[in-house]
Amino acid sequence: MSATALLVRDIRLAARAGGSMVLALAFFAAVATLVPFGVGADLALLARIAGGVLWVGAVLASLISLDRLFQADFEDGSLDLIALSPLSLETTAAAKIAAHWLTTGLPLTALSPLLALLFNLPPPAYQPLVVSLLLGTPCISALGSVGAALTMSVRRGGLILPLLVLPLLAPAVIFGAGAVLAALDGIASGALWLLAAFSLGAVLLSPFAAAAAVRLNLAG
Amino acid sequence: MFRYANPKRFMDLSGALLPWIASASALAFAAGLYLALAAPPDYLQGDSVRIMFVHVPAAWLAMMIYGLMALASLLSLVNRHPLADVAAKTAAPLGALFTALALVTGSLWGRPMWGAWWVWDGRLTSFLLMLFLYLGYIALWNAIEDETRAARATAVLALVGVVNLPIIEFSVDWWTTLHQGESIFRKGGPTISAVFLWPLFLLAIAYTALFFALWLVRIRTEILNRRARAMLMNSSEAA
Amino acid sequence: MVSLSAQNLACIRGGRLVFRHVSLRADTGEFVSIEGPNGAGKTSLLRMIAGFLKPQAGDVRIQSEDETISDAEERGKYIGWFAHQDAVKPQLSVLENLQFFAELYGVRGDVSAALETVGLARAASLPGQYLSAGQKKRLALARLVLAGRPLWLLDEPFAALDVAGRALAVSLIAEHCAAGGIALAATHEPLGLDGQRLSLAGA
Repeated sequence: MSATALLVRDIRLAARAGGSMVLALAFFAAVATLVPFGVGADLALLARIAGGVLWVGAVLASLISLDRLFQADFEDGSLDLIALSPLSLETTAAAKIAAHWLTTGLPLTALSPLLALLFNLPPPAYQPLVVSLLLGTPCISALGSVGAALTMSVRRGGLILPLLVLPLLAPAVIFGAGAVLAALDGIASGALWLLAAFSLGAVLLSPFAAAAAVRLNLAG
Repeated sequence: MFRYANPKRFMDLSGALLPWIASASALAFAAGLYLALAAPPDYLQGDSVRIMFVHVPAAWLAMMIYGLMALASLLSLVNRHPLADVAAKTAAPLGALFTALALVTGSLWGRPMWGAWWVWDGRLTSFLLMLFLYLGYIALWNAIEDETRAARATAVLALVGVVNLPIIEFSVDWWTTLHQGESIFRKGGPTISAVFLWPLFLLAIAYTALFFALWLVRIRTEILNRRARAMLMNSSEAA
Repeated sequence: MVSLSAQNLACIRGGRLVFRHVSLRADTGEFVSIEGPNGAGKTSLLRMIAGFLKPQAGDVRIQSEDETISDAEERGKYIGWFAHQDAVKPQLSVLENLQFFAELYGVRGDVSAALETVGLARAASLPGQYLSAGQKKRLALARLVLAGRPLWLLDEPFAALDVAGRALAVSLIAEHCAAGGIALAATHEPLGLDGQRLSLAGA
């Protein structure tokens, strides 16, 4: 099927040498490592901020590869050819979001427990951390795809993209890191449900916004 | 070929309306500020309560302008009317300005209450995120060279933003109740007595009229700019 | 068997009128060369016919045996696109590049045969980044043939191609038209093919 072809190609491009997958993981680890240098190696403090740091790190690490999500295909003409394929632009956006998540959000989630270890995160908080990232990283790729589609024609779009996308992602960080904090404090917060709802909404609606943005850029 | 920027009727109408709106704003400012300064100090907050009179209308406008911008963006995408593009584009810097004003006055207001310039109060934090949305919108406008493409792209962004804003506000409220104590910017604001209500009301009108006057001036300037550019381009082609 | 008709098209870019009153009609088997100086809107016209660019005025229709389509995005399924950019991914091999588009377009044609046709059979496993500009264009030609679309839109098909490459492009276009397809080529040098000529003078 056409959508699978695009999905597989995007994953292949991200996973090949020099692709974004390994870079995003390395960036994530580097950011997380830098934080203790900034705030000191107080284990109690690190345990407290672990959820927030890893969430912010995951958002930033996902963003660094987002600017090329459409731009690479736009610049080399592939996007024209994709637009003429049987695939609708909405499905195209959805396939690209899925590929981005599979090559960044998912590996970042898998790496997060290891980094949490460095932050002395107490055992009961591991599950909410991983579950929140698993639920929340798709919406980073989804909302990010809208920003990526809007900035594909901008030569240094990677500089604007974070400004467009980060404020939109505030709820995800709030609910995601909130779920980890609530677990530390032993409160039932419902944060994961709110995060799941936000993420679901973003994943369902973003392909339409991204497709609209692709359309207006192809008309350029 | 000037179909693109020749809404002549708008120019006539806005030119006639502008002095009236500006004078209404000036009058409301004069009356509102007089009443605001004449009002007795609050028994709890003292004279610092007067900051409310400049803060609350700015905050109200910050939200209203985003709504108007999103509405203009919707019209621009659906009807492809160039005037809607211009309206959305010119509203953004004004919205950013009023948001910044709301943030600064909010911080000043909170300082004697909290003993800090910034305490991550829910309301103010939402406005900070809104300021970023405005700045992102303006940055995108400036980054895309082609005017039509920029108009469409920013319109999509404004619509995504307007869908997200209530969620952002909700999440920030949720966040503050999870970690923080009471806020002086409670829902509906602090309870207000009648002596404060009048100046607040008048200043809200003054701010709103000021915004509309500035908006019209900016829209008119943009239209004239585009006209001038089109004429320049034509004469260079004729040469 | 398809036919293409464009009526009274006008194009405005960045507030500037690029062209207007452009009409053309091409029936099955026809070749049309679109000529004109730089900035006359040759690429814009192709993008308009492909459905990317919305005409300021006028409309484009494609008529096949069982339908007439004026909607821009529905037109896409008839169009074979050959543009300046070669859309070759440097990280993927020649074969992978072509296979991706074959799967994307849902065609079951013979990928290796298409590579053979354009003389890239021996480069099949070479990553795209090692191809010369001319070889990338040949790969784009293979993609165009493989997609099997009836209406070819070619933007400067000779660009970056050597003598043999140009001969190949011409013979592929001629074959396509002989088989009942339509080809529109924007070009500033004659391709040496018989057909209509549409001249965009520039406004």
